[in-house]
Formats: sequence, structure tokens, C-alpha cells
Amino acid sequence: MVEETNRRERNSLIDRSRVFEFRSEPPPREELVNTDTGVILYLENITVSFDGFRALDDLTLYIETGELRCLIGPNGAGKTTLMDVITGKTRPDQGTAFYGQRVDLLRLSEPEIATLGIGRKFQKPTVFENHTVFQNLELAMAADKRVWPTLVRGLSGEERDRIDETLTLIGLIDTVGGLAGALSHGQKQWLEIGMLLMQNPLVLLVDEPVAGMTQPETEATAELLNRLAGDHSVVVVEHDMEFVRSIARKVTVLHEGSVLAEGPFEAVQADARVREVYLGA
Amino acid sequence: MLSRRLLDHEAGGIALLVVVVLLSVVVPIANLWVPESSAFHISTFTVTLLGKYLCYALLALALDLVWGYCGILSLGHGAFFALGGYAMGMYLMRQIGSRGVYGDPELPDFMVFLNWDSLPWYWYGFDQFWFAAIMVMLVPGLLAFVFGWLAFRSRVSGVYLSIMTQAMTYALMLAFFRNEMGFGGNNGLTDFKDILGQSLQADGTRVALFVASALALGFGYLFCRYVVTSKLGNVVTAVRDAEARTRFIGYRVERYQVWVFTVSAVLAGIAGALYVPQVGIINPSEFQPLNSIELVVWVALGGRATLYGAALGAVVVNYAKTTLTAAMPEVWLFALGAIFVLVTVALPKGIAGVWAQYRSRRASSG
Amino acid sequence: MRIIRCIVMGGLLFSAIGFAAEPGQRDFELAVKSLNTRSFGEKEIAAARLASIAHDRVDIVLTALLEGALYTKRDNDLVVIAESLGRKGYRLQEAATGAELGEVGRRGAKKISVNNKLRRVVRGLLSGRQLADPEPAVRLSAVQALAASGDPTFRDRLAVRAQEETDSEVRQAIAVALTVFDLESPNEDARMAAIRASASNLHPTVRMKLTAIAGDPALSDDLRDAARASLSELEQRAARFQMLETFFFGLSLGSILVLAAIGLSITFGVMGVINMAHGELIMLGAYTTYVVQTAFPEALELSLLIAVPAAFMVSGLVGIAIERGVIRFLYGRPLETLLATFGVSLILQQAVRSIFSPLNRAVSTPEWMSGSLEIAQGLSITYNRLYIFFFALAVFAALLLVLKRTRLGLEVRAVTQNRSMAQAMGIRSTRVDVMTFGLGAGIAGVAGVALSQLTNVGPNLGQGYIVDSFMVVVFGGVGNLWGTLVAGLSLGVVNKFLEPAAGAVVAKILVLVFIILFIQKRPRGLFPQKGRAVES
Repeated sequence: MVEETNRRERNSLIDRSRVFEFRSEPPPREELVNTDTGVILYLENITVSFDGFRALDDLTLYIETGELRCLIGPNGAGKTTLMDVITGKTRPDQGTAFYGQRVDLLRLSEPEIATLGIGRKFQKPTVFENHTVFQNLELAMAADKRVWPTLVRGLSGEERDRIDETLTLIGLIDTVGGLAGALSHGQKQWLEIGMLLMQNPLVLLVDEPVAGMTQPETEATAELLNRLAGDHSVVVVEHDMEFVRSIARKVTVLHEGSVLAEGPFEAVQADARVREVYLGA
Repeated sequence: MLSRRLLDHEAGGIALLVVVVLLSVVVPIANLWVPESSAFHISTFTVTLLGKYLCYALLALALDLVWGYCGILSLGHGAFFALGGYAMGMYLMRQIGSRGVYGDPELPDFMVFLNWDSLPWYWYGFDQFWFAAIMVMLVPGLLAFVFGWLAFRSRVSGVYLSIMTQAMTYALMLAFFRNEMGFGGNNGLTDFKDILGQSLQADGTRVALFVASALALGFGYLFCRYVVTSKLGNVVTAVRDAEARTRFIGYRVERYQVWVFTVSAVLAGIAGALYVPQVGIINPSEFQPLNSIELVVWVALGGRATLYGAALGAVVVNYAKTTLTAAMPEVWLFALGAIFVLVTVALPKGIAGVWAQYRSRRASSG
Repeated sequence: MRIIRCIVMGGLLFSAIGFAAEPGQRDFELAVKSLNTRSFGEKEIAAARLASIAHDRVDIVLTALLEGALYTKRDNDLVVIAESLGRKGYRLQEAATGAELGEVGRRGAKKISVNNKLRRVVRGLLSGRQLADPEPAVRLSAVQALAASGDPTFRDRLAVRAQEETDSEVRQAIAVALTVFDLESPNEDARMAAIRASASNLHPTVRMKLTAIAGDPALSDDLRDAARASLSELEQRAARFQMLETFFFGLSLGSILVLAAIGLSITFGVMGVINMAHGELIMLGAYTTYVVQTAFPEALELSLLIAVPAAFMVSGLVGIAIERGVIRFLYGRPLETLLATFGVSLILQQAVRSIFSPLNRAVSTPEWMSGSLEIAQGLSITYNRLYIFFFALAVFAALLLVLKRTRLGLEVRAVTQNRSMAQAMGIRSTRVDVMTFGLGAGIAGVAGVALSQLTNVGPNLGQGYIVDSFMVVVFGGVGNLWGTLVAGLSLGVVNKFLEPAAGAVVAKILVLVFIILFIQKRPRGLFPQKGRAVES
């Protein structure tokens, strides 16, 4: 019974959360995604198995509001599967996943989760290659994403400004009219981060953001992610230890589907078990 | 503002509109007012043939919308075309009245032949043109909506969807072949007499139907263009290129797919409705999977994701079909098969793609 | 008339060869002579005596008697077989020896008259003699004639024969005949036993007799009740057999679906190629059978055994040509492979039409595949369907073996799971592609051989199977051979069970609609592949 009322309440709140403006007054979804306790993602006892192989094994993880968390772990540790669970792509066999105190992620579809403010950047950069850079950002922009409004509405001046702002931020203002498919690998990574920002998310899940980037690009990315943390909660999956060291405040090490160690980078680095399974040194 | 959005950088589209407008002016004059002895006279046979091509072109536009832009390869679009055709055919049957072979004022001949004593309920209302006109759009649209809603909601996509659409049209064909369905079985609906009180045999009616087809193609093109240049058009192509990504930025992909699929089915239904009074018959063979696949090759040859290309492809393939089946019938299937192979292997962007490449090469060299 | 002429000719032949001079000849001649009597009773005795003699002409004489062709010559009372020449009279032949006696006028010969009772007796005698004929077909018709005569005197003879009969079909017929005799026995106990025993006998005559007994007011209540009970049991048995038969028809249809779909399952599941020309590869297999039969008309019995490998080669090679010529440019673009192979299918169809003709070709069925296997009274299965069922299972098993036990299978599975990794391990994926496609196409050809035994072989043969085959593959779950097997068989059975209730066309439509709805619920079929590899 209680669950039923909760659900109904949530649904009504979801409806209210549909339209919100960029950086104006606090959007209603922040009220919905209640983070009074300072935690934005509650992942508890999550198990996912594929054909008997446990990709996630009784994993429990909390992400705090405004924190920048790095997830590391060897291949097959379950990092990408974890992202899949959070964004609604994979349903776990067991466990609970709450977004704030009220939103049960396991009941929502990918678009609903995205609309509520969890943005994701894929491991392999996926931008819309046949669209221009501008269109990529326009598509990603938080707006009414139902069918008819999308058909008839044009862009407001304010929205144009926002796109321009983001273009400047990700350094793609000069290629705005070009096809996204023509961008370099690093530029695609940035464009995807830009798309993530256009969604105005509360949580950013960033899978290997600096793969294929040059050193200066990597540094710029680190700077950007550090800047984003605070206003947003950022979860980064990365293999590049240098990069992790440069951004991380807190690191979680996954191994065989569950948390092996968690804490500040230096502490984790010093952990004997972590050295054994991952750092290998 | 809107016209710029629709027609900028769309030379092919402008050409298409010009041709459509020209045809709808020139053809009536050349048929009705130029004497038959003149070299500029266009026979009623040719008018009907051209009208048929225009209907096919509209059908190709409809398929291009779902396949070219949304990436849904429907192998069952012939079914929507045929359903629109049947709705129109039912109206035309009711117009025959007591002029049928059996002279029954109410029942079409085939029902009298089957010893039915009253009109089945689903034939009610088809004596009214407005009702039939609504059904022409509603029936294909509804089928597409239900089918699409079921399929896209469960994320049936790609090849699976193609096979399912093929199964759909195949099942419909089997169903319409049955006499008990009440749509004339094997023979379908034919022997039409008149439409809106005008004899279907009259030159004037033929020309009017031709002009109606031309207008439908013109407006159909503008409508499709409006859709694909809107933000929705961008979303739809985004779904085609990276479905999962589109979902992760907050679009309910299945709703867009259902919308495009349904709209496209309605367009196909309209094309079918214009087609039937011109050719004078609709029967279950319109549902056969071969027709729907052939339709795909029109779009592929013309160039998918270019609307004018799809229309062009429809006309080119059908002109070739008319000429070849008359001259060397046994060559036609070889030719059609070769087109399929050639287009997919060598010309993935179709004629429109070749043209664009040629132009860009000229632009860069000169 | 013709029969008589045959008899005459036969007689001539025998006498010419000189069979007449046998030891029993005298007895025989006497017996023939004794037929010439006015009394029907004496004629019966004479006929019986005649029937007991081992002589080549006994059947001829008795048949002539039965047909009313036995006469006596007026001048010397010789028993003769006469052929009527109309108004001119008769041509005569001596009954005992077959010697030609020339023609006589209409008054020159007198008919030995027969009545119905005598006819029945003679017929029985003839049948009785035929019971010992070396040819089972003759014995069978003899048993049937005896049963139909309804003369209880033959019961014992049949019972004796039942002991020594070796042919199962004849034995069964004798059993039925004995039951029928017992059902009419004047002895109430024997009758009751027969009624009870016939509860498992689905022979139509037995059923008719039981119905008659159940409705005969002249009989005792016990008998009638027993008959009714037996009848209702018979009904149930018939219904059960009907079910079994439908089930078998379903399996048969299913095995055809499996044969048609399994090659597709390989190319679709393993390579991600939608081969719309698959139906035409099946058609090529069927035409290969036709060509083999036309080329070696004398080896009809062996033709299928030759056709299976031949069709595998023909379709396999055509498949390889399609792969090399078209599909290899289209890997990773399944929808394009669909369109291109559809084009190929049109070309193949038209090619066959141009080479052979648009008309259907006649493919013959070898002796060993025709006829049917009777499992029980009222339940039989045609051999061609039975063989094709086992053939489908054999093909399936062979394929499974190839994929699980051979080097090629290993490589195929490796390429399926991770193409680039397999390449890195030194597997030549091009070769694997060619071999896999060739294998799938070859199996289509083999399926064509089987289909040629069941349907018309024409250019459109393949078209009819393509939608169905895809349904089977999709329903079973792509890339899962077992899924294809289960899906094919179950769809076949469901289809056949729906047919009586809904009609063939509606049954088919229902199955299609069912699959369309099923795929909405489980987009990956009955037995989906799991794991992360599927997602991409």
C-alpha cells in the first residue's frame, strides 16, 4: 500500500518535472530527487548476471551530491554494467537503485532517467555523425521531448544562446555547421561531453573520457570535469591512472562485480589487494 | 521563412515541384483541348499511366520517410497502399448501385454471387465519399499504429521488424484471398462505374484524377519535407543512426518511430486510394510481399533519405517495367533483380547520391 | 466377354504347352463331366469336388461356370466353354482340355444354368483355392471375397489359413473376416466374445456390423449393450487415432519447415546475413532432383540418393557464388543483404523459368517411398512423410555435428562470437564466411530434394517457403539451431491442429499473427542468446 502511494506520488512528480528551464530557478526535479541527506545515488546489493557470469555481484555504492568519483577496475570488473544499471539499460536481477531518496531507477525507462537528469557519455564516443555539431547539441538540449512539440516548435533565442555557450565551452564554435562525423576523435569526445551538459543533468556518468585524447586535451578535460563537480555529481570510469590522479578526490575500485576498495587515491593506491588485482605493481 | 526551410539546398525537390505543377497544367490541356490528330495530344491511356506513376511516387515518399529517415525498413508498405485502395474500392463498389450484373441496388455483385443477403457491417458508410476518404487514411493509419506500437515498444527493430512487416502483409494477403472476408476474394473489387457522380471512363474524370494525384504528390512532398527539416526530423534521423544514444538523451524513441510509421502508412493509404480509380481494380495480389519489396528498390535506386530521389526512383523503375514487360517480358525479372544487386552493392546512395557526388566534384574542381 | 476370351486364350496356351497330360487328369475330367446335371445340389457337389483337385484348369472351368459360359455340346454332351458369337452361335472349346472345337449354331450348345446360391458357392470355392495362391495380392482379394460372401462354411477354412499365412496384410484381413463371421455367429457366446474383441477393431465392416447389432431389436439386450459399449470404445479409439494422425501431419509439416529454415538459421544466425534467395536455393535443389531423374531414368530407385549430394553441391556452389559476388560487399549491413539477395532470388527464378519452362516439372517418387506404413488398424503413415521426417532429423544432427565437432564448426563459432578476435587468432574469416554460406545454401538444396517429393516443382517453389522459414528462425531465436528445430516442429503441429477447426488459410494467418505478437513479447525468440555480445 505504502509503495503504491509512493509510486503514484512519484509519477505525478515526474509529470511536473517535464519542463524546466536552464539555470533559472531551481527546477522541480531537484525537489523530486530529494538529496537532503547529501547522497544522490543509492545502489544497494545489486547483482547482474549474464548466462551465469556475474557481471555485478552484490554491489553496494553511494554517490554523494556534487562529488567527483572515479571508478577503476580491470576489464570485466563491471564498470560499464554498473552504468547500464543506473541509466536503465540493464535491469539487475537483485538489488535496489535509487536516485535521490525517492526515485526508483529500476522502474524507469532510459528516456525517463535521462530526463530526470542522469546523463551518460559512452565509452566509445557516440555522436550523431550525420548531424551538424549544432544539431547534436540542439537534440541533446533539455526541452520538451514529446513528439508533437518537437515537430512544430522552433528554437528560441535563449536556447540558441545556450547552445553557443556550450559550443564555446567545448571549443567547437568554429566547426558548428560541420558534420559531427567529420570531427577528430578527441573533438567527438568533447562534443559528447557538450551534449551531456546540454541535458542539464544532476549526475554525469562519464565512461573513459580521455581515451584517444592528446595530453593538452586530457588536461583540459580534467579541468572541465573538476569544474563541473560541485554543481553536478560526476562519476568517471577511466583507465588512465595519471588522469585519475589528477582529478580524483575519491576512488572506488571494482573487482569481479563488487567493490574492492574505496577512498582517496593515495589510500587506494597503497591498498595491497588493489595492487594485486589491478595496479599489478 | 518556411519556404526557405523547405526548399533551400534542395534543387531536386524544386525540380520535382516544378514537374508536378507543369504536369498538372500541361496534361489536362494536351488531353482535353489539343485535338487527337495533333502531335502534342496526350492520350487518356498515357494520362492514366502517368497518374499511376505519380501514385507510386507518393508511395515511395511514404516509404522513404520511414526507411530513409527513420531507418525502419518496412517490407509491408504495400499493405497500407492496398488498404487505402480497398477503402476507395469499397466506395466505388457502392457507387455501382443497381448497374451490376445482378442488379442488386445494395449488394455488390460478388456478395450476390456468394448468396449473402445483407451488407456486412464494415461496408456501412462506404456509400459516402467523405466516409471513405476518412477510412482511406484511418484504416492504414490504425493498423500501422497498432503494429508499430506493439513492435517498437518491445524494441523489435532492424531485420526482425522487416520480417514482421513482411509477415503482416503476407497474412493480410491470405486473408483478403478468402471470400468470407467480404472483399471480393480472389477477384477483388472491380467494374467500377463512377466516382462522385462522374463516369470513370470519361476523359475529364481521368484528367481530374491525374491532377489530384499530382497535387497529392506535390503536397505529400512538401509535408514530408516539413517533417524531415523539423527538429523531429533530426530526432528521427538520430534514431536511425544511433538509437540507443537518442534514448539516453531523453527521447522516447518508440513514440517517434510509431509516429513516423503511422504518418507514412497514411500517406501510403492515400496513394493507394488515388491509384485504384485510375487502374480500375484492387485485388489481394497488391498485398503480396513481392510488391512491397519492389517498392523498396524504387527508393533505393532513387536514393534513400532524399525525398525527390524516392519519387524519381519510383518513376524510373516503373517506366522501365512498363517498357520492358511489353517488349521483353522474360527480361524484366532479370533487370529488376540486377537493379536490386547493383543498387545495394554499387550505388548505396542511389541516383540522387550519384548526382550529388557529381555536383560536388564539379564544385570542387571548378 | 473379355474375361471369357482371356480364359480361352489361357486355355489354348496351356493345351499347346501340353500341361493337360497330368496324373489327376482323369479325376478332373470326371469332375467336369459331373457338372452336367440338372440338379443344383448335384452341381454344388460337383463343383466342390472339382475345387478339391489340383489341376491348372480348375479355376478356368469354375470361373466359366460362374460367368455362365459353361455349356454342353448337344451332340455329345461334352462340357464346353462357349464364346458367344451373337446370332451366328458359339465358338466352343473343350472345358477339360481346352481343345478348340470350332463353331456351332445357336442350337448346337446348351447352357449349364446357375442360380445365385450356386454362384455364391462357386465364388467361395474359387476364393478358397486362391487362398493358397503364392501371390499375396491374390490371397488378399480371396479373403475379402470370402468375407463378403457371408457364408459361415468358409470360417473354418479361413481359420486354418490364418495359422499358415505369412503376409501381415493378409493375416490382418483374415482376422477381420473371422471377427465378422463371429459377429454373425448363431452361438450367443461366440458372438458376445466377438463383440467384445472388436472394440479395438477399426475396420469399417466391423463397425458396420456392430452398429447393426446395437440397433437390432431381435437380439438380446446383453448383446446390444455389449455392441454399444464396443462402439463407443471404437469411437474413442478413432478419435485418438485422429489426434495421432494430426500430430504426425503436424510433425511432418514441421520437419519440412525445419529443413527449409535450418540453412537460413545458419546464415542468419551465424553471419547476420538475411538471405532472401534461400527459397530459390531450395528450388534449385528440387530441380536438381528433376535433372537427376531425367538424366538417369533407369535408376529411379536410386535417384534421391544421388540427388541429395548433387543438390547439396549445386545449391552450395550457387550459394558460394552469391557470397563471393554480392554478400561479401555487404557484411554488417543486414538490410542491404536482404535487398541484394532478394534481387538474386528474382534472377534465379527467372533463370529457371527460362531454362526449364515456367510450368511445373514432374518429379517421380521411387517405389520405396510410396505407400504407407500401417501402425494399427485405422492408423497409417505415408512413407514419404515418414522418411522426410527422419531425413530432417538426420540433417539436423549432421549439422549439429559439423558445428560442434569439426574444425570448421569451431571457426564458425569463433567468428560468430568475435570476428576481429578470431581473425587475430589466425582464423581466415573470409574462408569461414564462404564455407558457412555454402553450407547453409547446400542444406537448402538438400531440403529441395525432400520437398520435390511433396509439392510441385516449379519456379515459384521457393517463394512459398521464405516467409515461413524466417518465421521459424525468428520464433526459435536467431543463432540457435535447437530453437529452429523446436520452433519448426511446434509451428507445424500447431498449424495442423488449427486446420480442422479454422481451415487451412485461417490457420496459417493465425500462426502468423501469433508469431507477430510473440515477437513483441519476446523479441529474441523462444531461446534467446544471452550476454553482452547480443547488445551490440
